[in-house]
Amino acid sequence: MTTDDEPELEQEAAELVRPYVITNGRDLLDDQQFSLITLVTVHPEPPRTKPLDPERLGVLDLCSGGFLSIAEIAGHTRLPVGVVKILVSDLVHEGHLCSRAPVPSAQLVDRQILEEVLNGLQARFG
Amino acid sequence: MGSRLALDDGVYLRNSVQTAAKILVVGHFAVGKTTFIGTMSEIPPLRTEEVMTQAGQGIDDPKGAPGKTTTTVAMDFGRLTLSDQLVLYLFGTPGQQRFVQVWEDMTRGALGALVLVDPERLEDSFPVMDLVEHYGIPYAIAVNRFDGTPVHSVDEIREALDLLPETPVVNCDARDQRSSADSLIALVRYLQSRLN
Repeated sequence: MTTDDEPELEQEAAELVRPYVITNGRDLLDDQQFSLITLVTVHPEPPRTKPLDPERLGVLDLCSGGFLSIAEIAGHTRLPVGVVKILVSDLVHEGHLCSRAPVPSAQLVDRQILEEVLNGLQARFG
Repeated sequence: MGSRLALDDGVYLRNSVQTAAKILVVGHFAVGKTTFIGTMSEIPPLRTEEVMTQAGQGIDDPKGAPGKTTTTVAMDFGRLTLSDQLVLYLFGTPGQQRFVQVWEDMTRGALGALVLVDPERLEDSFPVMDLVEHYGIPYAIAVNRFDGTPVHSVDEIREALDLLPETPVVNCDARDQRSSADSLIALVRYLQSRLN
């Protein structure tokens, strides 16, 4: 037993709640709008709403420090990606979070992004 | 920090970042994907887990439960901020055929894939190469050298893996940042050449 057991309790709580409870019974969406690398942060002017449930509040708190990807939110909260997508989707639609669009698709990758990736790698590691 | 989950500043992206790009780091079990991502990432690598319920198929069918199986798939990933505007995510992707749902999610919007191979277990890389090709993801091969393994020539590896002539094959030490960065650079140069 450790005295600083708050993180463990949080983790246990997350594991004790089944995903469909967290998402209010909604099925996992195949939502093209939110990918693993969609970047989100808290909206500068959040709406006044009734209190949020702990999972949504947790995502909101996590995002209050700046931009993170959906994958990072899942990694930090230890929630499945599919669940995080639903929570983020709700929070964006309700105006709590705002997102930046990911790269659309492999076919639409443009030269500019590859050029920027190459330049960035070379500048950093070359 | 209290009860809030907000983390240290270093965890968050710069506010100026507008675009996120993704490169997959794929390969069979224990080939060095997680090491590679840990070497390159600017944040401690994170893990996501996806719980999948799907129709049972293939050799993993539990006897007497032919309907559905539930599998947890773990993916490790890391992050590299490459400019004020651009961040690159590196996703380690498991090579098992049955994780089709994960692959569809992972490959959507990916620039390309770096396929890590172990020169002593080349045949173990076939399933993951089949998947990458099935999803039409352009890829380069990075031969992860382990200590003490005999060195095969690039030509031998190219032939054994039955690669297209233009597919890049580079040597890589996943523990070494410069070496790992060079293999990513080789992949990106190849991706650029395909647009010309």
